[in-house]
Amino acid sequence: MAEKMTGAEMVIQALADQGVEHIFGYPGGAALPIYDAMFQQDQVQHILVRHEQGATHMAEGYARSTGKPGVVLVTSGPGATNAVTGLTDALMDSIPLVCITAQVPTTLIGTDGFQECDTVGITRSCTKHNYLVKNVNDLPRVLHEAFHIATTGRPGPVVIDIPKDIQFAVGEYYKPEIETLRHASYRPQVDGDLKAIEAAVDLMLKAERPIFYTGGGVINAGPEASENLRELAELTGFPVTSTLMGLGAFPASDPQWMGMLGMHGTYEANMAMHDCDVMINIGARFDDRITGRIDAFSPNSRKIHVDIDPSSINKIIRVDVPIVGDCNRVLEEMIRIWRSRTNQPRTEAIAPWWKQIEKWRAVGSLNFKNSDTVIKPQWAIQRLYEATKQQSKEVYITTEVGQHQMWAAQHFHFDKPNHWMTSGGLGTMGYGLPAAVGVQVAHPDALVIDIAGEASVQMTMQEMSTAVQYRLPIKIFILNNERMGMVRQWQDLLHGSRYAHSYSESLPDFVKLAEAYGGRGIRCESPAELDAAIAEMLDYDGPVLFDVIVEKDENCLPMIPSGKPHNEIILPDTANLGSIIDEKGRALV
Amino acid sequence: MNAHLQPTGSAYFLTQETQQTERHTLSVLVDNEPGILARVVGLFSARGYNIESLTVSETEHGRRLSRITVVVIATPKTLVQIKLQLERLVPVHRVHDLTAEGNYVERELALIKVKGTGDHRAETLRLAEAFRAHIIDATVESFVFEVTGKPDKIDSFIALMSPLGLVEVVRTGLAAIGRGAEGM
Repeated sequence: MAEKMTGAEMVIQALADQGVEHIFGYPGGAALPIYDAMFQQDQVQHILVRHEQGATHMAEGYARSTGKPGVVLVTSGPGATNAVTGLTDALMDSIPLVCITAQVPTTLIGTDGFQECDTVGITRSCTKHNYLVKNVNDLPRVLHEAFHIATTGRPGPVVIDIPKDIQFAVGEYYKPEIETLRHASYRPQVDGDLKAIEAAVDLMLKAERPIFYTGGGVINAGPEASENLRELAELTGFPVTSTLMGLGAFPASDPQWMGMLGMHGTYEANMAMHDCDVMINIGARFDDRITGRIDAFSPNSRKIHVDIDPSSINKIIRVDVPIVGDCNRVLEEMIRIWRSRTNQPRTEAIAPWWKQIEKWRAVGSLNFKNSDTVIKPQWAIQRLYEATKQQSKEVYITTEVGQHQMWAAQHFHFDKPNHWMTSGGLGTMGYGLPAAVGVQVAHPDALVIDIAGEASVQMTMQEMSTAVQYRLPIKIFILNNERMGMVRQWQDLLHGSRYAHSYSESLPDFVKLAEAYGGRGIRCESPAELDAAIAEMLDYDGPVLFDVIVEKDENCLPMIPSGKPHNEIILPDTANLGSIIDEKGRALV
Repeated sequence: MNAHLQPTGSAYFLTQETQQTERHTLSVLVDNEPGILARVVGLFSARGYNIESLTVSETEHGRRLSRITVVVIATPKTLVQIKLQLERLVPVHRVHDLTAEGNYVERELALIKVKGTGDHRAETLRLAEAFRAHIIDATVESFVFEVTGKPDKIDSFIALMSPLGLVEVVRTGLAAIGRGAEGM
């Protein structure tokens, strides 16, 4: 079935054969043959970005909201180096990307040619795998293998570096079978060890203070994994908390939902993690923003850890029952084995535990003092959430990085997976706006909102131009406090409130900026006008920069200071402490 | 309003390492392809693992497989991570911790140049014989010895040559293989 074509044509053909509908890219000298091949076809639609970092985050948003790999095409040299942040972000958050980078001709490699850089050298540590293709006959295999590697096992970004002469060279195109791919060494384990899963269920059956601690692995394992998580939670009656990456896998409207855990997680989730006797970690990786002080992390629990990446297990926290496998397959097995053992949830046995959890819940750790005169950022997100609930459209949320991101995670609630896109592992400011563009490309009829800060959003603001060009009606909801709020909060905590460069001076007029790009700008400064302004934003059929002037020095609470265990969480001064906290705890509040 | 926030010292928490480090020999079976050595070495530097010695060479030309023998010094917990992180690399087939598995042999080869005349020269030759070192080059005032053995044997030989006119040493690094009929 081999067909003769150029390397550049092979790239387009392989994308089409992989079912790719959209790619995000930016042309340049070394990439021109591929762009020329693209010009002569209509199977793959190209979205022209304004900066290659934007392309990578768009591809991430696209991938996370669809479950399909995001595809990026950039030129050599600066095109490739600009993509590095997004590749690293995708690696940290396990997002499937295929990034095609053009390279100078093979004869020029190593001569410091114009727009040459060592792309495979630079991206080796920020990709799951990468290739430099030096023979056109390797190209079909490499292209298809890249998709296989990016999307299977623990997903991640894969770079294919293609020199310009290889793009021009003619070879035989074929679509290889997975079995004949070169890397026989790459065989991710997807089925969990049955004995270990049985041991896990037996632990769960004896648990008195259990908790499900779920993560991005559940989302990556597909929508069935979320369904199975819901079923297992219902079967067992156990409480469920999730990392930032896993929000939406379990519905926030469910009474078993405890809210997010970790540094800015709820009091009940963190206290339950600390005091539980059986912890069931499904697709999370004991990140340092979750564990707090490691030697004080959940000291009296038996821990079960399900992860598709063997290196995640026992990396940070020693666990009792490790299970290497795909979250969905393991959840299915857990449900089957639980059912074979009992027909009942452990309602009675864990009733005292739920009673304790209700006490913690009653503290109201996400409470804040609202104001009539100034918009509180938490309240703005709550109003946005209420307004979007009335919409008939699917709602997707992306964020930048900082306080607004944590407030969004706390106050915007998700009932479905793949509707929440945020930079968790790398913490990339500037992620949200391009990610929103990527989501909107994949879901043209959906409502896509980037909850942003005025500092983050300026890092990739140029992609507004992309949104306008492709008529993508993204809404950029900027919580403008004229501060890098999270940096300012840390400076209060650790550096004597010396605000070294953590404020935003000479801010642009976001309304005029939106208009300059050809979008719509809306500013809101008064709590009384917020609902109407949000309605105006949602009604506008086009990209909107929505500038909400909020309280400047609000702290993001609750917060577990680094180096502290979960039970030394700092609560807002509005928290209803009652008899929950002793004198020692009160001193921390 | 921030008065209640207590200083904590750091944005990251630092934990004391309680485990003792150990020296382990790992054998890594990899696809022989461009960049594989950079991938392995890059992983060690990126994650802060210490390499004591590293050797690499193609061992099965037909299947394009190479064997990397790497000696590392790490805590038991980190040793497990090193093995798992190596196995995560796409072109890595298998990693064996030979030290943990216990039953293996290891050898290193060194080329050692010694300069000397008279009594020193005679003494040098006698010691070389005791260590079963071969002379692979000789001039009237120098020898190049080839000596093979465990690293500590080579260390001893070098230490003995040092006062007798040691000029320079080249070592291959460790090659190691499991005992018995089973292959990797």
